[in-house]
Amino acid sequence: MTNGWVDIKNTDVILAMGGNPAENHPCGFKWFIEAKKTRGAKLVAVDPRFTRTAATADFYAPIRAGSDIAFLLGIIRYAIDTKRFHEDYVKIHTNAPYIINEKFGFDDGLFTGFDAGSGTYDKATWAYEADPKTKAYAVDPTLQNPHCVFQLLKDHVDRYTPEMVERICGTPKDTFLKVCEIVTSTGNAQRAGTITYALGWTQHSIGVQIIRAGAMLQLLLGNVGRPGGGVNAFRGHSNIQGATDIAGNTEILPGYLKTPVGSQTTLKEYIDTNTPTTLNKEPWPSMNFWQNYDKFMVSLLKAAWGKNATKENDFGYQWFPKDDGNYSWVYIWDDAYRGHSTRLGGKEPGPEGLITAGMNPVGIGPNVPKVIAALSKLKWLVVMENYEIETATFWKAPKEYGTPDASQIQTEVFQLPASGFAEKDGTFTNSARWMQWKWKAVDPPGQAKTDQEILARIYLAVRDLYQKEGGACPEQVLNLSWSYTNPTAPDLGEVLKEINGKALVDIPDPKDKTKMIRTAGQQLENFGQLQNDGSTMCGNWLHLGVYTEAGNNAQRRSTADPTGLGMYPNWGFSWPANRRIMYNRASADAQGKPWDPTRPGIVWNGEKWVGDVPDMKPDAPPGTFGAFIMNAEGVGRLYAPALVDGPFPEHYEAIEAPLENILHPKVTSNPVSKKFTSDKDVYGKKEDFPIICTTYRLTEHYHYWTKHTQILNQLQPAFFVEIPEVLAQQKGIANGSRVKVSSARGTVEGVAMVTKRLRPMKINGKDMWQIGFPLHWGYAAGNTGHTGPLANFLTPSAIEPNVWTPEFKTFLVKLEKA
Amino acid sequence: MAQNLEIRRSSASVLGSLSGIRTIPTVSKYIDTTTCIGCKACEVACQEWNDLRVVPTQQVGSYQTLPTLHPEYWNLIRFNERDVDGGIAWLMRKDQCMHCDEPGCLAACPAPGAIVQYANGIVDVNPDQCIGCGYCETGCPFDVPRFHQTTGKMAKCTLCVDRVEVGLEPACIKACPTGCLHFGTKEDMLQLAGDRVAQLKATGFAQAAVYDPKGVNGTSVITILAHGDHPEWYGLPADPHVPLLVRFWKSVLRPLGVVAIFGAAIGAFGHYMNHGRKGVKGAADHDANLPEEVGRKGENE
Repeated sequence: MTNGWVDIKNTDVILAMGGNPAENHPCGFKWFIEAKKTRGAKLVAVDPRFTRTAATADFYAPIRAGSDIAFLLGIIRYAIDTKRFHEDYVKIHTNAPYIINEKFGFDDGLFTGFDAGSGTYDKATWAYEADPKTKAYAVDPTLQNPHCVFQLLKDHVDRYTPEMVERICGTPKDTFLKVCEIVTSTGNAQRAGTITYALGWTQHSIGVQIIRAGAMLQLLLGNVGRPGGGVNAFRGHSNIQGATDIAGNTEILPGYLKTPVGSQTTLKEYIDTNTPTTLNKEPWPSMNFWQNYDKFMVSLLKAAWGKNATKENDFGYQWFPKDDGNYSWVYIWDDAYRGHSTRLGGKEPGPEGLITAGMNPVGIGPNVPKVIAALSKLKWLVVMENYEIETATFWKAPKEYGTPDASQIQTEVFQLPASGFAEKDGTFTNSARWMQWKWKAVDPPGQAKTDQEILARIYLAVRDLYQKEGGACPEQVLNLSWSYTNPTAPDLGEVLKEINGKALVDIPDPKDKTKMIRTAGQQLENFGQLQNDGSTMCGNWLHLGVYTEAGNNAQRRSTADPTGLGMYPNWGFSWPANRRIMYNRASADAQGKPWDPTRPGIVWNGEKWVGDVPDMKPDAPPGTFGAFIMNAEGVGRLYAPALVDGPFPEHYEAIEAPLENILHPKVTSNPVSKKFTSDKDVYGKKEDFPIICTTYRLTEHYHYWTKHTQILNQLQPAFFVEIPEVLAQQKGIANGSRVKVSSARGTVEGVAMVTKRLRPMKINGKDMWQIGFPLHWGYAAGNTGHTGPLANFLTPSAIEPNVWTPEFKTFLVKLEKA
Repeated sequence: MAQNLEIRRSSASVLGSLSGIRTIPTVSKYIDTTTCIGCKACEVACQEWNDLRVVPTQQVGSYQTLPTLHPEYWNLIRFNERDVDGGIAWLMRKDQCMHCDEPGCLAACPAPGAIVQYANGIVDVNPDQCIGCGYCETGCPFDVPRFHQTTGKMAKCTLCVDRVEVGLEPACIKACPTGCLHFGTKEDMLQLAGDRVAQLKATGFAQAAVYDPKGVNGTSVITILAHGDHPEWYGLPADPHVPLLVRFWKSVLRPLGVVAIFGAAIGAFGHYMNHGRKGVKGAADHDANLPEEVGRKGENE
């Protein structure tokens, strides 16, 4: 979230789209209700289903799953067309005035630079134009230049008329226009609106571009950086935000530093490649905060290797693994299934074994049969879990998943009993970026151990073997800094302290060398104290401030609220720098006065910025730097040349497309998205599988986990399929009867829930149907008896090209009586 | 059964035990159906606080946990889908004992002291006195009390009187994440409800109303309905009354002399006339999605 949960109470309009917060975030949803009750805020729910969120919304608009970009670009068109956008904000806080290379264009579904052979874009023509005289980015403050971002955007969205939105999305024109009117009512200084989304936006082959469209709309309306505004992603697990922050993904290191690639052979090359330079001068120069990249990276290397990292050995940069391809989720399973990697000429072997902790690979990825087949080919599998999950018992999976006979499977499986969330200390980082310490409630039962103890014991045993016997790449294992008081079960407070980082020697104040900003051994307090010469260590620059000399700030629990806006600055720690609203400089105008004085984010008081922790140099007067300090341009991007599938979003159909793209039939789906080619990767055609299907979660359950809990099984006992009333009538399906749903991958069976909440969709003049089902069941449910089909049996291995998220939310099926 | 609360009314007894010294305000739950998301946290909280067993359920085509209340399930969100003005409404309403000011169950009960109404308005079953005859079911216009086959006693929501008597809110109220549930004096809750209804009327729900039915002289569970002109859409009777025979027995026959056998004969007659345990007249007493035969299956009959 750019803002936070509590901040939703400050809003005037909530667009809840690509998510069902009442269902999946019932506790956070209290702030929606608060805004409605105390401010008269309007809640607009846009969803294929009339959801629990829709049930309390002021306005509901149905939409065809996967057509969100058309809907959002339609709102942007409406905002520009009716001048219901925040023009003063757009001029100073976005790249609307920037001039783009005149060769840039979009034609018949493709942006310029597309190479059909490789299925990728050459982004050269997408670049900003530099002013020949000043060498700064060329701009047109009047927004009239035909090559400026604003005019390009206007052209690009011109096709998304309300009529076109109705044809693509199935949203009746009047309903769509009502949404436009409510949402664009915030396109001014007086009002603020928020967008909330979740996996209903991310899990598409166009997921990143859907979110881009939402962010662009918010920039245009002037809602980014403001209390009551923002682009707010609701995370699907209690600590998934923390997992990404600390590098839960293959392509990043802690703090969203990039994983080095093989061609970056020295630390200097790596740092030079990743440190952005800026030509920006307009409207204000950029602070370009990423220019500190070297300090973040060197301090991370010092945290990893300790005394073994020296200037002479590039601080151990060589020992970090280099990324030679794509190791994201669907690729891991493709490699494991094939037994070799498809990259690097197909010569690399696939994984030999797998350690999995806190997740259930058989359930969570697309195309279950492929995952089970892949696990069957491993030599070994280690599962750290507190239940016997589907992954740990994959060899017992029902035959319909294509499971090989157990006698044919050689995989050696180890299940290590791990502790549950209430059986260990640690932090949860919530969607609002708040790091909150939690205390262990009970000891883990029996021989179950905490995750850190299991990992530490494995590491120490491996290190022991290396010391005795040697092995491949010994430096990585032997040079690792492991200085915990209890090496076999590190205290997580101590780990958090290490993540925050400390000074390794006395750090003199650059303004007055006789003074020290930190003495050796002192915990660091802020980013400004990080050094690039190895004199500081920090496990994650983004978390700097969470554990200072004042103690563990994640444990703070003060309910003092000096701004009255629910920022609670002394409750936990909100990264970065305890800032509660990101980009909050944009909450004020050119002079540093808040757009809305009743809801100030930060205010320039003549000497410094006050209010929230400023997203700006605290003493830099208005006009010194642009509001978006992490962007090299210093402004928000209505046009984003960095993405791989286009600088503007464009409506593309899902990989399993229910119809040809109305706008450009030759390019139906995202031309850069990825399908897989193994014999297990089959994709359905609309002729065979005419119904659109989507998957989701329920309030009553937590992922694949709570089917072990009878009090929750009682609330939602079994897998079901939600079916529109009229479709059920046509097929003679009675409510409560059993039905079969099939995709190109397989068939699931469950109870029909015939409902008014899914309605017939008229798409491009033709009747179309959507159905859906929740994902909480599987074949491993302990002794509860509450087993059921795995939802991901039916979902395809189709992924988004920027972040490789699978397309769980739109695929094709057929429906029959069982 | 709370030991420390004064009693306003007691079944099959002439007088309660009100000292008349203290001013004891009537309490009430406040349920705002317009901000309920049907998350069922209240259902789980109720079971856990009251040490109720997990009830085996089955998916029959609804989000609703059980077709109706159950002797081990005293708090149930009822889900109803309705076509309204070109769109639909998905109505979620928390069902439990309404704690009537004039409780039909108490009036119908022939066992002295088996059903009591405390001075604060909470209606409770005293299992020590309950004879398990089931007459309270007949007396209830909301189809709430349930006969528990194992204990042989009646069971229903106690409004967490064991919590309330020590100054805590009921478990369901504490668990509610959206704030659609509140608890306090009836006076305060009516004030809060009035404000919310005014707000709803101003935002397009012209028929919004507080459900606090006069037929039982009001309840200690007040419910805000966006479609206040259609309580039956939520599974609530439009105009609930204590059945005529129960009132007749209470007001005319019983004062003539509470002779156990005579009372039992009349009660049995009443039970016969009313065909045993019965549902709420004129109300959709279960989700329209649920087939009738399943609709009764959850009961412990």
